Amino acid sequence: MSAAEEVVAEGHEAVEAVPKRAMTLGTGTSLLVLAALLIVPMFVKNFIIFQMTMLLIYGLAVLALNILTGGSGQFSLGQSAFYAVGAYTSAVLMEHANINYALTIPISAAICFAFGYLFGKPALRLSGVYLALATFALATAMPQLLKLNFLEHWTGGVQGLVVTKPDAPFGLPMSQDMWLYYFTLVVTVAIYIFSVNLLRSRSGRAFMAIRDNEIAASSMGVNVSLYKTLAFGVSAGITGVAGSLGAIAVQFVAPDSYTITLAISLFLGMVVGGVGWLPGSFVGAAFIIFVPNMAESISKGLSGAVFGVLLFLVIYLVPHGARQVAILGQQLIGKLRKN
Amino acid sequence: MPAMHVRLGAFSAALVLAATLSTAASAQKKYDTGASDTEIKIGNIMPYSGPASAYGVIGKTEEAYFRKINAEGGINGRKINFVSYDDAYSPPKTVEQARKLVESDEVLLIFNSLGTPPNSAIQKYMNQKKVPQLFVATGATKWNDPKDFPWTMGWQPNYQSESQIYAKYILKNHPDAKIGVLYQNDDYGKDYLKGFKDGLGSKASMIIIEDSYEVSEPTIDSHIVRLKSSGADVFFNITTPKFAAQAIKKNAEIGWKPLHFLNNVSASIGSVIKPAGFENAQDIISSQYFKDPTDPQWKDDPAMKAWNEFLDKYYPEANRADASVMYGFIVSQGLVQVLKACGDDLTRANVMKQAASIKDFEPAGLLPGVKVNTSPTDFAPISQLQLIRFKGEAWERFGDVLSSDVGG
Repeated sequence: MSAAEEVVAEGHEAVEAVPKRAMTLGTGTSLLVLAALLIVPMFVKNFIIFQMTMLLIYGLAVLALNILTGGSGQFSLGQSAFYAVGAYTSAVLMEHANINYALTIPISAAICFAFGYLFGKPALRLSGVYLALATFALATAMPQLLKLNFLEHWTGGVQGLVVTKPDAPFGLPMSQDMWLYYFTLVVTVAIYIFSVNLLRSRSGRAFMAIRDNEIAASSMGVNVSLYKTLAFGVSAGITGVAGSLGAIAVQFVAPDSYTITLAISLFLGMVVGGVGWLPGSFVGAAFIIFVPNMAESISKGLSGAVFGVLLFLVIYLVPHGARQVAILGQQLIGKLRKN
Repeated sequence: MPAMHVRLGAFSAALVLAATLSTAASAQKKYDTGASDTEIKIGNIMPYSGPASAYGVIGKTEEAYFRKINAEGGINGRKINFVSYDDAYSPPKTVEQARKLVESDEVLLIFNSLGTPPNSAIQKYMNQKKVPQLFVATGATKWNDPKDFPWTMGWQPNYQSESQIYAKYILKNHPDAKIGVLYQNDDYGKDYLKGFKDGLGSKASMIIIEDSYEVSEPTIDSHIVRLKSSGADVFFNITTPKFAAQAIKKNAEIGWKPLHFLNNVSASIGSVIKPAGFENAQDIISSQYFKDPTDPQWKDDPAMKAWNEFLDKYYPEANRADASVMYGFIVSQGLVQVLKACGDDLTRANVMKQAASIKDFEPAGLLPGVKVNTSPTDFAPISQLQLIRFKGEAWERFGDVLSSDVGG
């Protein structure tokens, strides 16, 4: 077994630690979370609403990575590239072609799906750490590609593009932030339900069969190359949607927004949330948004070090991330009931 | 209310206080969010982490300077509460931090937020909210645009005015020059290049080679070799400190001796010239608007003494060779000046009004003759520079203080 395969196998063991049905939350808990997400914005400041919107957006991006890594067992450090393509697609369409923001989202999804699918083709030959490196190259190349001179007319080059934030339609008495939050929430819930169903479907089982043992999967008749590239395409498509929403929420796109740091943050969010556990994506997103702020409030000069220590504690104490915490909580509740 | 103030002043034992208050007391006290009788809340966003974290020193210097102001009694009796956040030079994070400052911390204004992409990201938001985005820490030209963005104001001389000054100098003194330009492939490099071409005007064909490099390149040696082989005899070096030092060194190594113009961004003796070697940097021309703290000619200068006293007391761990510390010291004085001029009318509109009516202000640390000037149509506070030439181990100023205002 090569070193690379070992890395992958290790990942699998982590994923295998729970039965596959436990990929989602129970119906009751899901509804409870949804209710909270619906009601809370009515009572908080616009700034908090904005943060919650960003949480959903990064959550979507982490979810996309989770489908790829947790579902089909492929690594990617290049999610920031797909995120950037989505963001720029929306920004360029909105600002140069005056297309409605809501319509730009399916367009981004389609473009990113195609991009991811095509990238998945050559990446088929790679696995484990080698695939991670190939995607890493994509992430480092993207900011520079966006600065290219012949694209500058559309992308605004290094200066970026300012995006106009949409008003609430039909004269709804809502701030722009609140409207965008509910809009994002609807998109997020739709994609979440789609992802859960995807992983429970025939295709999802094929993803997981490939993840667990590629040879076994292909001998059972799973078209390995098709499903691997498909996983890349779906993941890129969802990341593109997140990018589009991100561009609209932040009202600005620039190459510096989509560096390798973003890709690593998303990867980190996935690990902290629990690889392969979809609801964990949003916990992971919360981690990458709020923990740096917490670290900064503890020490400004050493915020990076504090963040490192917090991250280390999380990985050391709960290596399977939020999923492990959720399981522990469930067991605790179960015990209390028995007593 | 005004009458009461006068009476209070007259009956209080502190007659001196009354004298200083008399002008302010005639106006009614007015506050916007973030200001009160006791406090002025100022927001700031800096890259304390990430690729541009070297500039985080500016935020730390400002924090120290406002501690000094508070220790000396504050501004018109009000203490400055300086809230500074980290955005790691990532525009989406800047938006989050700006919104936090404006909507959650409720600051009066955001002061000296750093970097062109981060400031571009929040410019529209700040103008929609009508919150001053005051004295942004970037040399891009677009901040001087009071018509479209009346709530955003620059601070330092912008890149385009600087390169226009070099262009004028070349046209006057070396009309037959063959110019080679090396620039960083980003907004900063392109802004300089544009100003330079505009300055040359119809003579832009004097530029015989333009070469760009990416910040991520480890060395720019190959670019220097290419420039040399083009036969250029004037070299305009638009690079950040690390690359500037490499370029100066490489020039000497391969024996290329063009007339070398170095952008002000890299004019620091401590971080560029010294590492590149004094003997390699002779006769390089650059420009400056504030005193280089490592330049021995300012050793006994009163402004430099004030700077050292301030650092001794409030920021002893500062690196005194770092020009960013001087930068933070000067721009903080700019804010204090504006807030003082606001008196008791601490509304956001009045902050912008006072910021747009600075006349010949000379904060400690600027070069002799360089003054801060603004008007309702001029949002570029410092637009004067002086040409300098490197001789021995120091910069020598030559010619007059030159000015060039370019709008965005």
